[in-house]
Amino acid sequence: MALNTDKNVYTVLFAAVMVAVVGTILAFAASGLKPRIKENERFEKQQNILYAMGVNENTDEGAVNFIPTDRVEQTFSEYIVKQIVIEGGDISENPEAYLIDMKKQISRAKEGETPSLPVMIGEKDGKTFYVIPMYGKGLWDAIWGFIALDENMVVQGVYFDHKGETPGLGANIKARYFMDDFTGESIMDNGRYAGIAVAKGNNDPLNQDKEDNQVDALAGATITGNGITAMISETLKLYKDYLQTIRK
Amino acid sequence: MALLSKKDANLILDPLADNNPITIQVLGICSALAITAELKASVVMALSVIFVLGIGNVVISLMRNIIPSKIRIIVQLIVIATLVIIVDQVLKAFAYELSKTLAVFVGLIITNCIIMGRFEAFALGNGPWRSFLDGIGNALGYGVILIIVGFFRELLGSGTLFGFPVLGDPIAKTGLYATGYENNGFMIIPPAALIVVGIIIWVQRSRNRALIEEN
Repeated sequence: MALNTDKNVYTVLFAAVMVAVVGTILAFAASGLKPRIKENERFEKQQNILYAMGVNENTDEGAVNFIPTDRVEQTFSEYIVKQIVIEGGDISENPEAYLIDMKKQISRAKEGETPSLPVMIGEKDGKTFYVIPMYGKGLWDAIWGFIALDENMVVQGVYFDHKGETPGLGANIKARYFMDDFTGESIMDNGRYAGIAVAKGNNDPLNQDKEDNQVDALAGATITGNGITAMISETLKLYKDYLQTIRK
Repeated sequence: MALLSKKDANLILDPLADNNPITIQVLGICSALAITAELKASVVMALSVIFVLGIGNVVISLMRNIIPSKIRIIVQLIVIATLVIIVDQVLKAFAYELSKTLAVFVGLIITNCIIMGRFEAFALGNGPWRSFLDGIGNALGYGVILIIVGFFRELLGSGTLFGFPVLGDPIAKTGLYATGYENNGFMIIPPAALIVVGIIIWVQRSRNRALIEEN
């Protein structure tokens, strides 16, 4: 039996059947796996927030090690004592503030609406940490992260992640040697919210100067680094009024 | 190889050397340049392409007699995209960490010209078993080059392999760095991959003169 595959009717039918079959397969796969994917994403956020606070399982070898997923929910509730949402001048408590999508809030702020800005307040070794989510643009796609500040506006830790930065170059923003450099830097410069710049050629590759509001850039990843600089300063702009109230 | 007839075995072995998709057919160069700055990324990409090309070739081969020739390219794209999305979703649900490593590759797999090239050139005209072997062979040939390039770029560019420092510490000046050696920053940018691939092509052709085209 020779099938005439050149007829237009056949072509249209084939396309229709193929779309239906593929659509069904993908819909089943997506809805069947969704709960598990959502749970993984929630655990990941908790891991990242804890990581920014310095709650992690890092060793001397220089790799990033999170609290394992089977313990992260419990550890998160131990360390994070309060979660708040800032809407204009109003501050309310919300135990699920950490799930707020920062991307939406930033675009709302850009359109002149009042964004709902989450802050996760954690306590570790008697110190209070204010963990703030960030969201910005790298070279290829989105970058995001968390920054943990104390009352003196000194960075206690950061976590960065990205959707599609180049492996070996921009993707190294989530490498420990890059993120560790931020710890101890102040976001203030003579009473001004200066943020932290990812700077090339600041002659400080070991990052010993903690007063310069700069960390050493990644070679070959200028645009991703600039994205980090912009992300930090954009976020601080949104949170400035709140930070002013906690600053000592 | 007793397991495969000589003809079948060649489907796997040819693309590894004399008919390599990257160095001879010059396909899949784009991803070879983009992701070979690190050895780990090269290995992950190689495995992903082995999976997608192996299965994709079988699917296309099974459908080869009913695919309307007018829309065969679109059909091929749908098959690749579906496979990649399913793999991505399953990994997100069951191996979340791995899926994050792979995220950047998903788009690159869909655009990999080797896959479309093998669908067009082989799977549309051959049975599923032979198509499967051809897919695995070509993906392996692609992977081998990716790993060679990744090895040299990570070693010379960052002084590490799979992220472990193998040449000493460049900042504390230990190991090889104590002698004044420096990492070559040029190796981590994409043009370096083109040069490494070029050297591989040169070595391969000077060893086997039959590969040199006449013109």
